[in-house]
Amino acid sequence: MTPSATPSSPRPRFADAAREALADPASRGELRGSVAAVRARRAAAVAELPDWGELRAAGSAVRERTLLNLDALLEDLERAVIEAGGIVHWAADAAEARRIVRGLVGAGEVVRADAPVLREIGLTATPLPDRLPAARAGVCGIDFMVAETGTMVLLEETGAGRACLALPGPLVAVAGIEQVVPTWRDLEVFLHLLPRSAGGPGGAGRFSPAVSTWTGSAPGDGPGEFHLVLLDNGRTGTLADEVGRAALRCIGCAACVHVCPVYERVGGAPYGPVRAGPIGAILTPQLRGVGSAANASLPFASTLCGACAEVCPVGIDIPEILVHLRGRVVESRRHRPVPTPELAMMRTVAWTLSDRRRYETALRRGTRWARLLARGGRVRRLPGVLGLLGRWTDARDLPVPPPRPFRAWWADRPGGGAR
Amino acid sequence: MRVALFVACFNDALFPGTGRAVTRLLERLGHQVVFPAGQSCCGQVHWTSGYQREAADLARGFAAVFGGDDAPVVVTPSASCAATVRRDYPRIARAAGDAGLARDAEGLRVHELSEFLVDVLGVTDVGARFPHRVTYHPTCHALRALEVGDRPRRLLRAVRDLELVELPEAGECCGFGGAFAMKNADVSVAMVADKVRHVRATAADVVCAVDNSCLAHIGGALTRLRAGVRTMHLAEILAETETV
Repeated sequence: MTPSATPSSPRPRFADAAREALADPASRGELRGSVAAVRARRAAAVAELPDWGELRAAGSAVRERTLLNLDALLEDLERAVIEAGGIVHWAADAAEARRIVRGLVGAGEVVRADAPVLREIGLTATPLPDRLPAARAGVCGIDFMVAETGTMVLLEETGAGRACLALPGPLVAVAGIEQVVPTWRDLEVFLHLLPRSAGGPGGAGRFSPAVSTWTGSAPGDGPGEFHLVLLDNGRTGTLADEVGRAALRCIGCAACVHVCPVYERVGGAPYGPVRAGPIGAILTPQLRGVGSAANASLPFASTLCGACAEVCPVGIDIPEILVHLRGRVVESRRHRPVPTPELAMMRTVAWTLSDRRRYETALRRGTRWARLLARGGRVRRLPGVLGLLGRWTDARDLPVPPPRPFRAWWADRPGGGAR
Repeated sequence: MRVALFVACFNDALFPGTGRAVTRLLERLGHQVVFPAGQSCCGQVHWTSGYQREAADLARGFAAVFGGDDAPVVVTPSASCAATVRRDYPRIARAAGDAGLARDAEGLRVHELSEFLVDVLGVTDVGARFPHRVTYHPTCHALRALEVGDRPRRLLRAVRDLELVELPEAGECCGFGGAFAMKNADVSVAMVADKVRHVRATAADVVCAVDNSCLAHIGGALTRLRAGVRTMHLAEILAETETV
């Protein structure tokens, strides 16, 4: 069993990866069609339930309560899994999780069902049909873990994960520590929220066709040996952040992904291996830090349009967290010996705007300069040395400021002088 | 009613016509407009770009001009600035650990123009005439942060001789997003290309919105393509009383 290739060169920043993705018209058209279909199915499935708002509120409340009591719930879960004959492993990071999984399944054929958490730790799926007859052990992800009974819950369209339950050897389930649900009663709300938000085809968009639940291991039924690997990998750090924590409410429906106008045009690759779309843009920088240029670019990979927050079934205010993380990126760069050009510019602009005289002088000067650059009433091309502004005029004109700003007009009105 | 105009720095410099239109419109409706000259910027761009300290400085400045014990009713023709003050100032205050700013923010009474007309003044027919084919782009802040809903459309429908045509995929972002338009210029351009395609499909003469920043983005693509469609802020249409 080998982890998926770890890139040897650093992952590109979002804008660079996105540029490559945009250059492929065939896959763009395909992506656009499939995303639109999922979006339409989700909208229809959600519209069928008059109490969707209440369901969302209930789901948000359960997730928030879970995160606030996570330590106690995880102890309950561990106890229940062990009592039911399962074995619990704790993995601090992806490398430890891989090591544990590899040690448990040993050599020989292994079936791995696809799951976000497996991609996160660098394990990719094995195509099931031809491997299944020879396989001994199985590795799968989990959707929910019920703390009160130690029960694993898997919601699927195809049942690839369920197939792992039928194998003779050990079954290893990997889950993020946040995927716990306190009680069966709490679980119910997610059995409604998840499939409808996911926008699957046909009946799958209402109820998951393959719902598997099992508790530990029992002779003659289900896995002969059951291991649960609970993954931290940056989650406890995220939990400690009052604003960012809400990202861990995620139940993995991908509704935010399918309404995101940025994702619709660039696909999943520019977001890196953890998660795609808006949820990836708030989870990855928190789980992996903002040290690398690629991860630091993710909170900026959004127009903050808010379409994601509107559909999230557990009420994650994704734009709020994006802005919060932008602040973290900027703070991390504030104390460099040489300030970034952007920091210098933003400081200067704020300094100028915070004083009336400075602001009015800048208005006059800016207007003069911009009018010098104008051709035919628009600024059509700015020199590349102007950096970011130059990127605007690659494909769009800039408006030219009229000779007199609003405040000059106001000051000339009868009685319109300074107040 | 006495109304303080927050014109927004972007409009002050680039779209003074919008500020003049708001003034004309409100005065025509019988209200007194004042322009506190100490105003500059609400801090939106700094906040959304991650410059929290600078945003807090600008927010304090805004609160000093428009807040206080006798805080005036404030009207702004920028939905995103209104959203910054109402939704984000408490967050800016929390990030800065500034309880005073949080208190001051609570006392601010900022309305986006269409909210002010429909909710505060209770008017939809402002006596305008504008004999053109118009489509309305609901900007993201108006739609999802302020939730102004169909207020701008109701105002437009009441304008004499105005033909309002629905914009396909209206609720999708134009791709502006402040610094996003430059930091992720390629994605931004891909988004505005689709928005422009939808605008042109309406065969409208004018595309209208309640935020000039988004309109500058859409307009920048329209003029680059020589599309022959004008962009106009809602206030400018509502201020029109042109006769044949």
